[in-house]
Amino acid sequence: MPETETTSQTANSATPAERHFVRFTREQRYLHATLFTTFLGLAATGLPLRFSESFWARGAASAVGGFGAILFLHKLCAIVLTIAFALHVKEIFTRAFVNRQKGIFWGPTSMVANWKDVKDVVGHLRWFVGLGPKPQFDRYAYWEKFDYWAVFWGMIVIGFSGYAMWFAPFFAHFLPGWALNAVLVIHSEEGLLAILFIFSIHFVNTHLRPDSFPMDMVVFTGVESEEEFKHKRPLEYERIKASGELERRIGQPAPVWLINFSRVVGTIAIAIGLILLVLTLTAYFS
Amino acid sequence: MPYQVSTQPPTTPGQEKLPVCPEKEDGRMTPAACTHTPVPSGRLPWFALRAGLWAALLAAVAFLAAPVHLAAQDCLTCHGDASMTDSAGHSIAVDGKKFGDSVHGAFGCNNCHADIKGYPHPDKVAPVDCAKCHADQQAQLKGSVHADSKDHPCTSCHGSPHEIFPKTDARSNVYPLNVPKTCGNCHANNGMAQKHGLASVYPNYIDSIHGFALSKEGLLVAANCQSCHGSHGILSRNNPQSPTNKVNIPETCGKCHAKINADYQLGVHGQAIARGDLKAPVCSDCHTAHAILQPTESEFRMQSTPICGNCHKDKFSTYRDTFHSQLGSLGGYVETARCWDCHQAHDVRPTADPTSPVNPANLVATCGRCHSGANLSFVQYQPHANARDRKLSPGLFYVRLFMNLLLASVLTFFIIHTILWIIRSRYNQVKAGKSGNGGNHA
Repeated sequence: MPETETTSQTANSATPAERHFVRFTREQRYLHATLFTTFLGLAATGLPLRFSESFWARGAASAVGGFGAILFLHKLCAIVLTIAFALHVKEIFTRAFVNRQKGIFWGPTSMVANWKDVKDVVGHLRWFVGLGPKPQFDRYAYWEKFDYWAVFWGMIVIGFSGYAMWFAPFFAHFLPGWALNAVLVIHSEEGLLAILFIFSIHFVNTHLRPDSFPMDMVVFTGVESEEEFKHKRPLEYERIKASGELERRIGQPAPVWLINFSRVVGTIAIAIGLILLVLTLTAYFS
Repeated sequence: MPYQVSTQPPTTPGQEKLPVCPEKEDGRMTPAACTHTPVPSGRLPWFALRAGLWAALLAAVAFLAAPVHLAAQDCLTCHGDASMTDSAGHSIAVDGKKFGDSVHGAFGCNNCHADIKGYPHPDKVAPVDCAKCHADQQAQLKGSVHADSKDHPCTSCHGSPHEIFPKTDARSNVYPLNVPKTCGNCHANNGMAQKHGLASVYPNYIDSIHGFALSKEGLLVAANCQSCHGSHGILSRNNPQSPTNKVNIPETCGKCHAKINADYQLGVHGQAIARGDLKAPVCSDCHTAHAILQPTESEFRMQSTPICGNCHKDKFSTYRDTFHSQLGSLGGYVETARCWDCHQAHDVRPTADPTSPVNPANLVATCGRCHSGANLSFVQYQPHANARDRKLSPGLFYVRLFMNLLLASVLTFFIIHTILWIIRSRYNQVKAGKSGNGGNHA
């Protein structure tokens, strides 16, 4: 595969003849929507608590009705996200152990990292500086797997430490006293890492870098054009083509309203994220 | 004539003409200038006549030998004209009705204006010397911060000299509810305060809990200026005798807040002050002197934690790392523990004291006031833990170290990775002749 970037004006103004392939199911898209909505909510309500002495924190708190309201919204988002996370874990287990679906925990379609991901990191970095060809990616590239596991780990760590603070007297039955101090450090540092990572690295890697700018729509519409599919994930395309499963992945192009709606929602989400990133950085370095 | 001398006893026609010294009638202080003999009130006509004759004789003697008693109605013939001014244009009119109602209403004019012997009188008359009667107040004033006031020392506060009322009278400038406004004439920004570099305390006071109690509720017992500063003998707070000297403040506030003062005297701060350690805080260090807020108000709770931190720097710094502080800094609505919620506000005692709420034996009860279900393990929580101190809080120290390393390494790697990626992708786009700023292909 040549490393030249092929061109089409927009992904979604495809000619009727162009085939579209499903990348994400409806449930996965809803999961992402729930995740980023609650994450934005958690970040917007968590940051004023984390940087409560910054110039904007008190204003943000009073804008929604004070600290009590901020904490209420934070907990509300946390509960919704916890439920979404639990449903996701349940789905993984159902697919793996009930439906006996292959490729969940290992192989080219799995989220679990493998030796190829290590080679891809090195290969990608070498390509950045002109020392080698661009690596070919399968269904999930290494940075996508990292995003997934970062969120997975973050859910457990931030979630556990958050609930430990929320129900401190209960958790005190089986946690040592100093752990009650530690959970705040863990919660706020991991939260800060998540906010900095998502609003800078994930935004750029997935949406804002030159090849995807301004937004990768596939997580909203669920489908991508054949050309895009072949270009982004050549190994997966060739693999399912060889196995004869390509036809089964064909999907309907997204309707115009969904594309426009997704653009508005996505732009708002990215804008909120960038504003929060700027506020975080100003508070962190002041 | 609006003015009538009201203190005259029922008299015979003969008596009416007599000048009367009013002071003997109601038992008030005797003006030094008053030389008249009391007039017995007669019941029998023959006695009345005799008394009248004696009085007339005495009056005649007095007229020749002693200053004339000028009754107010005599002077008001001219000075009762509200438009009357002196040659410089200052009003020299006297409202006879108000003067009659005033505390000095029974006096003759020359009881105070002693240099006026009769009519016509000289254009220039001597200033009235209140100290003739009010010598004690004059002596206190001489030793006070107001000693070298250029304005008339009495009328500045007591108001127009012909309209002075007792301090229990709502019309008085020194009636408790009027005191702040009276002092505020000078001690507010638009008055003498600005001119003389005095603190503008009036706005602070009037918005304070004392000021509200006084101005909104009309509580006569609410502290006004003179409750703390005194009235005639106001001393600088640097003077050890002053009620606002640091050492004396607990007793001054304790005049009303007796229970709080008793608690305070038992606590470490009160005992330090009693020992002469003036670094310890007194009431005004935490509550301020004039802008005193209701202590349950979030504004007060927000502002006073740093006040404790002025001295307890390390404790404040570690407190600020905790959830209590982070939540509390947002203010209002729901309250988190501030210093005194755990340590007490007035009866602050060392941790080792078994009666201290932060003594280990009392922690379950103390924490349990907010955290229902607090148990022995829960109270192992360190409200002043220092994650930067490896020896004091090793667990916390290493948790923080790990989290910081994780954060720094992840971000460092991906920031470099992503910047290189952007550069490379853009380079390829430009090389391929693509000038647009967008793309659809990762």
